[in-house]
Amino acid sequence: MTTSQHEISDEIAKIQADTPTGAPLLDFAPYRSTRLRHPTKEFQQVDPEGAELLAPVFGHSDVAAAESDLTIGRGGEPIGERIRVHGRVLDGDGRPVRRQLVEIWQANAAGRYSHQGDQHPAPLDPHFTGVGRCLTDDDGWYSFTSIKPGPYPWRNHHNAWRPAHIHFSLFGTDFTQRLITQMYFPGDQLLALDPIAQSITDPAALSRLIATYDHSRSEHEWLLGYRWDIVLTGSHATYLEPSDD
Amino acid sequence: MTEATPGQTVGPFFHHALAFPGDSELVPFGSAGSVVLHGYVYDGAGDPVPDALIEIRQADAAGVVPSTGGSLRRRGARFTGWGRCCTDGAGHYWFSTVEPGLPFFAVTVFARGLLDRLFTRIYLPGASGAVDGLVAAREDDGRLRFDIHLQGPSETVFFKFPRT
Ligand SMILES: [Fe+2]
Repeated sequence: MTTSQHEISDEIAKIQADTPTGAPLLDFAPYRSTRLRHPTKEFQQVDPEGAELLAPVFGHSDVAAAESDLTIGRGGEPIGERIRVHGRVLDGDGRPVRRQLVEIWQANAAGRYSHQGDQHPAPLDPHFTGVGRCLTDDDGWYSFTSIKPGPYPWRNHHNAWRPAHIHFSLFGTDFTQRLITQMYFPGDQLLALDPIAQSITDPAALSRLIATYDHSRSEHEWLLGYRWDIVLTGSHATYLEPSDD
Repeated sequence: MTEATPGQTVGPFFHHALAFPGDSELVPFGSAGSVVLHGYVYDGAGDPVPDALIEIRQADAAGVVPSTGGSLRRRGARFTGWGRCCTDGAGHYWFSTVEPGLPFFAVTVFARGLLDRLFTRIYLPGASGAVDGLVAAREDDGRLRFDIHLQGPSETVFFKFPRT
């Protein structure tokens, strides 16, 4: 608990110099909670089969259109900077992921989740739960209207702050393409200090988690637009050669 | 191939967003032909992980993997072959489902402190060609039991697929 940001940043810099990787390092000591939660054995290589080749399917009976607007339906306007986050979900071969579920959750403008486990003494917003869902359209596009989340403190080390972020949960067409990640905002000074973001030790890969400001999607006297595209891993269903057995 | 967007931990505050009524009941609990698949998630010290999220994907009893919507609004929907369960304070997860006609449940694991998803399988007892260590145990009351160890001497076998 007494570790300083300076010490954490030193630890991060040492690991990054040794192992730049495009996926987060599961064994990443600067994020203290990984210590007992990262597997230590090599992953076993397997070819996906059966249920692994087919993602779950969701439809309009699963998701109501209003669920993509986090600023409505709670009896009043939430406090904060109104934003729209939109983008495309593509698979590893550049094909749009069509009519698939996207789930998001985030803190409110003050950096507080409407989750009973969040003890950060910032105000809850009675008009904001920070939870949304949508289906991508036929070209893989998703769009959410929300409030810009605030940064929030956590207990990884002394004076630790998470950069503002939105949690995203995504499905592809294969079960193997499942992804849960976090979207960050451009220009956030906390990103460089954050052990969770910096567990992606290749800066080019980390930059793929940062949205861009999209003025073409900002609306006059109403909201600011951000664009964030998501690329899943490649589908196996159309890639694996048929096996002999 | 385009470079994939990296994963990040699910964090501690996902329950109010990702849990939904009936999420772990692929078929109603106690219904005819149903089975409970359950277990505990442990960390490298053998302590339960109370903030993990387990998802399963499976074939139906006839071996068909459904492409049916309706998982998020279970009532009145057909069998969708997908379920989700947040572990409780004891690190316990459970699903009410049917035994798949194909020999395993495909599984993804997420948790606070786990920076990316993990893939594994849970095979039915007696399945031929099962990966060592990934076979569920049949308990006396008929439930299927499979514990997930993120780390340690009993560490679960996790997978890498050709394109992950
Ligand atoms: Fe968060």
